[in-house]
Amino acid sequence: MNEITCKCGHVNPEGTELCLSCGRTLSKDAENRKTADVMRYEGMARRSQTYNLSIIDKIWNFFSSVKVGVWLIVTTLIASSLGTIFPQALFIPQGTENVYYEERYGIAGKIYYVLGFHDLYSSWWYLLLIGAIGTSIIIASLDRVIPLYKALKHQRINRHESFMKRQRVFSDYSVESPEKTIAQIRERLEKKRYRIREEKDHLLAEKGRFSRWGPYINHIGLIIFLIGGMLRFVPGMYVDENMWIREGETMAIPGTGQEYFLKSDGFTVETYEQGEDPEVFNNTIEREGAIAKNYQTDAHLYQREQGSIAGQQGELVEVQNGAIQVNQPLKFDQFALYQVDFRQDEYLSMSFNMTNKASEESVGSFTIRFDEPQKVYELENGYSVELTEYFPDFSGFEDGEPQSVSPIPNNPAFLVRLFSPEKPDGEVAFIGIQRNVEPLGENDYALEFAGVETRDVSGLTVRKDLTLWILGLGGAVFMIGVVQGAYWNHRRLWLKKTADGRLLAAGHTNKNWFGLRKDLEYVFDSTGLEKPVDHQEENLNRNTSADAKEENNRDSTS
Amino acid sequence: MTQLVSISSTLLYAAFVLYLIATVFFAGSIKSKKHTNQTGKNKWATIAITITITGFISQLGYFITRWIASGHAPLSNLFEFITFFGMMLVAAFIIIYFIYRTHVLGVFALPIALLIIAYSSMFPRDVSPLIPALQSDWLAIHVSTVAAGEAILAISFVAGLIYLLKDVDLAKKGKQTFWLEAVLFSLVLVVGFIVSTTAGSIAGYESEFAYVNSEEEAATAQYALPALVIPHQGELLTEGQFATSLSMPAIVNASRLNTVLWSILTGTILYLVLRLVTRKSISALLQPLVKRVNLNLMDEVGYRSILIGFPVFTLGGLVFAMIWAQIAWTRFWGWDPKEVWALITWLFYAAFLHLRLSKGWEGNRSAWLAVIGFAIIMFNLIAVNLIIAGLHSYA
Repeated sequence: MNEITCKCGHVNPEGTELCLSCGRTLSKDAENRKTADVMRYEGMARRSQTYNLSIIDKIWNFFSSVKVGVWLIVTTLIASSLGTIFPQALFIPQGTENVYYEERYGIAGKIYYVLGFHDLYSSWWYLLLIGAIGTSIIIASLDRVIPLYKALKHQRINRHESFMKRQRVFSDYSVESPEKTIAQIRERLEKKRYRIREEKDHLLAEKGRFSRWGPYINHIGLIIFLIGGMLRFVPGMYVDENMWIREGETMAIPGTGQEYFLKSDGFTVETYEQGEDPEVFNNTIEREGAIAKNYQTDAHLYQREQGSIAGQQGELVEVQNGAIQVNQPLKFDQFALYQVDFRQDEYLSMSFNMTNKASEESVGSFTIRFDEPQKVYELENGYSVELTEYFPDFSGFEDGEPQSVSPIPNNPAFLVRLFSPEKPDGEVAFIGIQRNVEPLGENDYALEFAGVETRDVSGLTVRKDLTLWILGLGGAVFMIGVVQGAYWNHRRLWLKKTADGRLLAAGHTNKNWFGLRKDLEYVFDSTGLEKPVDHQEENLNRNTSADAKEENNRDSTS
Repeated sequence: MTQLVSISSTLLYAAFVLYLIATVFFAGSIKSKKHTNQTGKNKWATIAITITITGFISQLGYFITRWIASGHAPLSNLFEFITFFGMMLVAAFIIIYFIYRTHVLGVFALPIALLIIAYSSMFPRDVSPLIPALQSDWLAIHVSTVAAGEAILAISFVAGLIYLLKDVDLAKKGKQTFWLEAVLFSLVLVVGFIVSTTAGSIAGYESEFAYVNSEEEAATAQYALPALVIPHQGELLTEGQFATSLSMPAIVNASRLNTVLWSILTGTILYLVLRLVTRKSISALLQPLVKRVNLNLMDEVGYRSILIGFPVFTLGGLVFAMIWAQIAWTRFWGWDPKEVWALITWLFYAAFLHLRLSKGWEGNRSAWLAVIGFAIIMFNLIAVNLIIAGLHSYA
């Protein structure tokens, strides 16, 4: 360790810029830099500014740099914006990614897709950027907060004249009795709620030091938030399932391990109606047509009782019932059920009459329920219908065979055999919506469509997210930190009576110099002295016409 | 209730006129020879701020009466949200005014608020019922906090603009001179939008097109201005109305693009007329207003408003937004374009604060960043709703 011994005799650690005891600058470099830059971390030695030998030093120095941090932020910002040019994959019909972008947006869409921008926010490089920001936040904060804490904790009251002269707000007064003036200033400072420490011939007044910790606290909040975000990938922390439930149906809620069941009493959709709803909405309803007012699933929640013997299925016990609406999820245990989607008028059942084609007389009727189709429907007087095959979502014939694309009764069709006393072996027919084929020749009997019953289907999302409280904690800590750092300022005033009887006053604040000036105006008011001069303000007023000169100053700050 | 709605509209109109008058008085206050640093008490300024506050109260009246009439916070469509943003801009100005007493801020902040309120009224102004996703107390909490945060941040743009008008040497042709004029030109384009849209609606212009949309289905499109571009395979249905034969690809909303083209056309003509008549750039026209501005103070006002606005924006645009998203959309974050742009806004101001706090970016650079920040806010406020479709497209 190369320690630095100050003129005042104090021994400072390597890398220190301002003597910890008297505040003298300790290096040529520190002397030449702007006071605001040196004062930012109280002239303390920072690891990143002191060591640069090992690979660890190099990594540490890289991530502790604010410049690097800002570049990471700006890169993330630009990357994020790229993801909004075209819709992300999760907003387009699933499985169509490879054609969707090119079809719609042409060559630009193709490039977008090939570069992987359609799924940008879960790409490895985007996550890497977020990870780098997280690392930067941790290292940059540690590099600064530790020295800053030490400096402010062991802050001396007595500062060397050169330290004071370097401050942006500084004045050198000749007064009759410095002691008396200091006492007058002290009184006013106390009224302004400054914390005051005094030592022979010196005074240090300080206010709002805790605001200096704001940035570090908000960084802790961000880290907690990022950790919360990562915990989602721990098994058991997060459930994201969807369920389609039909009116009257009872089904196990996915993700609950067969513990919870839901029964739907039905789905309701309401729209705003002129005449029923407030008159003030009439214009909009006229312009836009139907506007949705409510999406609601009425449901009962059941829990399976624990069986006394392992593996035994217990009874279902109702634990809750009520409406699931948008903005009003049904909450139970650690789960929430959200109303997210619906399908209206799905076929529930169809009724048919079996008729004699010649006499056009009905010989009996029956109903096929699509949730429980039967093998045979017995009619009276020896008539019956056999349901040979059922195609819930009929899409056409392939090689003469009827096809069904899904188990959902969107377009039901049946292969049936009609039995009658005259035809005990039955007649074959293929029945569907607007479809009646007799593949084996003309039949004597036919099925006539006699009605349909439909029901609605609710689309629900099942969500469990045990990371929420961590995210909430992170958010709260961030907000506390950011408010602490933004709404308060760390203001200091140093007073010194020199050996030859002059009075020196220097002020510093981490931000809001206007506020410091106002404080000083009030504080110095009772002494009959002008408040200490803000030299930057003075320079600026002097240079208003000399823009060129200012331009130079500015460049040196970058 | 319909009567209450018309009272509400009248109050908004009154607020608009009052802001206009207040601007004139603020302009008078900075001409006053007595106050060279343009701060402190001044008769013109006292009148100006009194009128501003009266206007604000009137607009608050609009907000409350509309809330009562509709039964929900009037923050549910573009008109209501942007108007509220204008109101928050005035509120933020009033607060900053009482901290710093800078009259010149009023000369620029109020016209921008006026422009925003006029802009908002180009969208349908009817009271609209709430769709299920918006039926929550979080509507009022989330949207108002976002608007307040963005408005406070916007004050830094106003301060930055004033700073740049004084700081940039207009005699020298350079990037800064060019971009400063470009920023002012974009404000003229907004005027162009307002003028052309208003002209179209006063004339009662309407035309309809049949076209083929991006799903390859037949659809119709309404035009409120003569069609400079027509929709994909568009056919004019309204006889006698004007239409070019410039057909747009299916993914482009041709009707909106047409409005944008008219705005640019009208704005550019306005700008050229202004330049020909005055023989000066807008920057040069405005420069006398900022002649006596204290640059240091403007820099502080800009920085301070970002310091005040950033936590408010974070609270409304991210924290409250996430809470509501978890309730309404089942997840606190879903990469919806509006969410992404809120994140971008937040990241941008975070970068601003890091540059300012640790890299000493003050004055000129800081002012330019404030201008860019405002552009991002405006993009999220307007473009994301109109161009990029997403969950937040409620207009």
